[in-house]
Amino acid sequence: MPRRQSKPTDDAQPADGPIQFLSPEGILGPDSRLELPPAIDLLALYRDMALVRRLDSEAIALQRQGELGLWPSLRGQEAAQVGAAYALAEQDMVFPTYREHGVAWCRGLDPVSLLGLFRGSTLGGWNPYERRFGLYTLVIGAQTLHAVGYAMGLVRDDVIGSGDGTRDTAVLVFLGDGALSEGETNEAFLWAAAQNLPVVFFCQNNQWAISAPYSVQSRVPVAQRAAGFGFPGVSVDGNDVLACLAATREALTRARSGGGPTLIEAVTYRINAHTTADDATRYRPSAETDEWTAKDPLERLRLHLTASGEGVVDEEYFADIERREQELAERLRAGCRALPPPDDASSFENTYTDMPVELRRQLAEHSQYLAAGQEIGAVR
Amino acid sequence: MSISMVKALNNGLRKALQDDPKVLLMGEDIGRLGGVFRVTDGLQKEFGSLRVIDTPLGEAGIVGSAIGLAMRGYRPVCEIQFDGFVYPAVNQIISQLAKLRHRSGGVITLPVVIRIPFGGGIGSIEHHSESPEVYFAHTAGLKVVTCSNPQDAYDMIRQAVDDDDPVIFLEPKRHYWTKGEVTDRTPAPFARARVLRDGTDATLIAYGPMVPAALEAAEAAAEEGRSVEVIDLRSLSPLDLDTVRKSVHRTGRALVTHEASLSHGFGAELAARIQQEEFHFLEAPVLRITGYDTPYPPSRLESDWLPGVDRILDALDHSLSY
Ligand SMILES: Cc1ncc(C[n+]2csc(CCOP(=O)(O)OP(=O)(O)O)c2C)c(N)n1
Repeated sequence: MPRRQSKPTDDAQPADGPIQFLSPEGILGPDSRLELPPAIDLLALYRDMALVRRLDSEAIALQRQGELGLWPSLRGQEAAQVGAAYALAEQDMVFPTYREHGVAWCRGLDPVSLLGLFRGSTLGGWNPYERRFGLYTLVIGAQTLHAVGYAMGLVRDDVIGSGDGTRDTAVLVFLGDGALSEGETNEAFLWAAAQNLPVVFFCQNNQWAISAPYSVQSRVPVAQRAAGFGFPGVSVDGNDVLACLAATREALTRARSGGGPTLIEAVTYRINAHTTADDATRYRPSAETDEWTAKDPLERLRLHLTASGEGVVDEEYFADIERREQELAERLRAGCRALPPPDDASSFENTYTDMPVELRRQLAEHSQYLAAGQEIGAVR
Repeated sequence: MSISMVKALNNGLRKALQDDPKVLLMGEDIGRLGGVFRVTDGLQKEFGSLRVIDTPLGEAGIVGSAIGLAMRGYRPVCEIQFDGFVYPAVNQIISQLAKLRHRSGGVITLPVVIRIPFGGGIGSIEHHSESPEVYFAHTAGLKVVTCSNPQDAYDMIRQAVDDDDPVIFLEPKRHYWTKGEVTDRTPAPFARARVLRDGTDATLIAYGPMVPAALEAAEAAAEEGRSVEVIDLRSLSPLDLDTVRKSVHRTGRALVTHEASLSHGFGAELAARIQQEEFHFLEAPVLRITGYDTPYPPSRLESDWLPGVDRILDALDHSLSY
């Protein structure tokens, strides 16, 4: 049996690396492949990334204290998520996986509502229409097709290509590098391409799908896979919030104007294990984690903000962030414990729009059973 | 030796890999990580990555390629990471795996095992507590089995690998860490039910995750002076009706319990068969103690939602009141 693997074709190698504006050292420069959008609020970007990181570490702490069953950490992916979210127009729709806490934050979701699913008190946690942020999807890849269908609706509703920035609408769907292997994701790519749909696929290539490195999923870089389906693919430094913002903004603008789908690959790294239930030391070299920690997305923006000498950030700016972080942490802790336990009837009530007779019978039986159990001295 | 069900499965798979070079394991994260439940822990190290394969993240890919490997003479054992993630593979399982032998006039043999951790009770988030057994049991061409203790886990996984037909092997994840004695004795016949406790007043039929609860209920009933016979079905398809019939014939009463929803569930099949074949011996209607006809609830509700000892005992009262 031949054991020697051939190399991926040369043209599959990224020629000049992912698009980057902000280096790990905090140096801001141009990239000939993409325009940096005007009037970016760097201070707000940094603040949101810092708060999202705190949200994440606080949720991990809550999990360790037994308040959450599980938490998928986003540490290391703050720039990808905040950058992408900053490119959204209010009317755009987002379809997340289970890790887009940063996008949810930027969409204005109550951060406490992100905890319910992982606490086991709800299967959803928020109204997806209110902030145009879909429910978390645990089945890998499934949401990519929902995004495609939603985009088909946008085409039919004629809300693309009018040139009115408050009206034209696009869909931003998140996926991981592992999700690229699911048949459904590939179907989503096909449909989006064939119908030229206003959907942007934002893949956070965090290098690992639980224990599987990207090489298990594919022989070509993520962004290059788009070409085979017939739409543009672009690779950006996922730890550079500006590159993520700029690329997503361009892709969403194109989508809203009728230009069709784009696949964005944000090359990043999940610093923490896959979830709090995972043990990354079993499969991941710590040197790799160290290497990526040195490319930290917050640190590089902080370096830039403090080194630019523009005098825009002072101690008060960071102190303010620190205060907000404390507030957020307290809000999460209190909010988590105050999340109402699910109502026993809710599973029955929410299964159909009208409860069928048989289910009504089961609910009555169940309620009776529970009530009996609460009688003082009840044996069972 | 007392070991957990996870360890028993691990030992069983190791033995299968040792005994037959054609046996392969494949699935997401089963190599370096040893599977998210560690059922395949250490096996890649021992047998290499050509026999213990970390696959891409695609369930259709896992089962579809296992079909091809089996056609080439291999005996793939696929791991689906969680019950709720088997559905992307359902097309391959139902339309292809189950049917190819029949379609080829018996020429194609597909000794494929699909292992699925299933059922609730471990406080998981959604899609991690499903009971998909009936989708598969309803499909002709598949065998559907489930173990309830480490000894059975050890024996049955090897029997499943040895079987020349496709086997859906359901592992009750809430008993993964339950320990029990495991020895290398001659196993009970594959796909055969087993009477775990003798009784004379009623027959309580369970499988997989509900078996310990059924035994506990029988124990509690005994304290009230009631003698309940407990049957562990072990195989849903083929269904060992003989064991069930003989028992009900003697006790005159039957109760079935499973975690999956009530309507169109496995209990319906058993109830129909029992009343069809033992109608004249029944003292009471066959009762079912099951999950409800709702999606699996958030984990904070699961202990109420899941059928348990109390609901079984209530049903027993009801049965005996006829
Ligand atoms: C259909 C399906 N199969 C398997 C799983 C189990 N699982 C959960 S996350 C995961 C890895 C996902 O990797 P990737 O898409 O790269 O996303 P990441 O979590 O790394 O952001 C797997 C295998 C699942 N959730 N859904």
